[in-house]
Amino acid sequence: MSGSFEGTDVVSIRDFSREQIEHVLKLAEKMMPIAKGEEKSVLLERHVLGSLFYEPSTRTRLSFDAAMTRLGGRVLGFDQPTGASVVKGETLADTIRMVDSYSDVIVLRHPQEGAARLAAHFASRPVINAGDGAGQHPTQTMLDLFTIRKEKKKIDGNQVVIVGDLKYGRTVHSLSEALALFGAELTFVAPPSLQIPKEHLKQIESMGHKPRISSSLEDVIGDADVLYVTRIQKERFPDPAEYAKVAGTYRIDLNMLKDVKKDMIIMHPLPRVGEIAPEVDETEHARYFEQAFNGVPVRMALLGLVMGGLK
Amino acid sequence: MKEFKVTPIRNGTVIDHISSGMALKVLRIVGVKDNVSSTVSVLMHVPSKKMGWKDIVKIEDRELDPKELDKIALISPNATINIIRDYNVAEKFVVEVPNVIKGIMRCANPGCITNQNEPVETEFVVESKKPITLRCLYCDRVTAEVAENIQ
Repeated sequence: MSGSFEGTDVVSIRDFSREQIEHVLKLAEKMMPIAKGEEKSVLLERHVLGSLFYEPSTRTRLSFDAAMTRLGGRVLGFDQPTGASVVKGETLADTIRMVDSYSDVIVLRHPQEGAARLAAHFASRPVINAGDGAGQHPTQTMLDLFTIRKEKKKIDGNQVVIVGDLKYGRTVHSLSEALALFGAELTFVAPPSLQIPKEHLKQIESMGHKPRISSSLEDVIGDADVLYVTRIQKERFPDPAEYAKVAGTYRIDLNMLKDVKKDMIIMHPLPRVGEIAPEVDETEHARYFEQAFNGVPVRMALLGLVMGGLK
Repeated sequence: MKEFKVTPIRNGTVIDHISSGMALKVLRIVGVKDNVSSTVSVLMHVPSKKMGWKDIVKIEDRELDPKELDKIALISPNATINIIRDYNVAEKFVVEVPNVIKGIMRCANPGCITNQNEPVETEFVVESKKPITLRCLYCDRVTAEVAENIQ
């Protein structure tokens, strides 16, 4: 598959085969010393990244900035639409055509689903989707896979328990499909009103898997090799008392962790709002900060691949 | 003697085997409004050996374009098109659901970028033809609600 990434858009994880994703993960591993600043790189020197963030984002934007800068490239763009031509009524298509002429690669975060596909349609340079509304966030999925592989040495055969808002959670749908593609066993834990949508379940079942569904984290946490925690958003609940009850049920604290496997790891796409107690940060299970850092080498690998610096 | 509920037409198109109840949607697709200069006949709830009940639309002095045929196929995949020239059936064919639908439907997802004011045609991949389910190429939303979203 060498060379086939140059000029490729990264819009949806579904556009990539298992072999292609594995290739990205392997290259990301090689990027580690550069991502940590231990080695210098000029791989993308004289290259410009157009960074268009129509929605606030801390980790995704900063890790793309860090990835590009560590590879010797420059970043231009905006991190909120105010002041951008969007408030003057410019279409996304026009903004993309303009930035396309200023840069070598475009990274886009946008509130509307399908925005990245539209951008890819209008741009001649590769477009990397950094999240489009409730749609796709493929680089998050890749860094999640990278983290599991790095920490557990492999992805297949691991029992991955995913807990939280599985209905609306952006990262959960593409992650669970990718995990199924890689042969991990899945358990979905959520209150019935926020369980994984049927069409996603069907998609995973069509790949030959039979995920477990549960509303009780206590019942399944003992089997977990990986516990993937996502945020439950307050605004999904009409009744604040109901929210408090549900959020409390899935809160990860030391008590919840007393019977888990010794080498179980806890992941979270962050930001967290009380889903994981701060006391858990000090345990051997916590990996969410490493996970956030892993965004840098994974995005370095992708930037290098789509701009042809890496094969 | 054979009784005709609607007389044969000399030139035009007969759209037969329309799914029962869909005739008015077909009229909307072919753009029959006040300003048509020829006769349009609509038969609804007609007994059919093949389908139980069907609708029929006859449009005089008019042949349909490919986009109109695609739209009809989406809401009524068994419809047959008879092109009539000088009282004879010059061509007869069953409409065909294309593999990709371009520009004739809006996406059912209000959050989809194609529902914003962007200069782009909608595009759907036909995931299943019977029953029809479409996936938006942009936002990935899968929908079976075709009739409501035809433009």
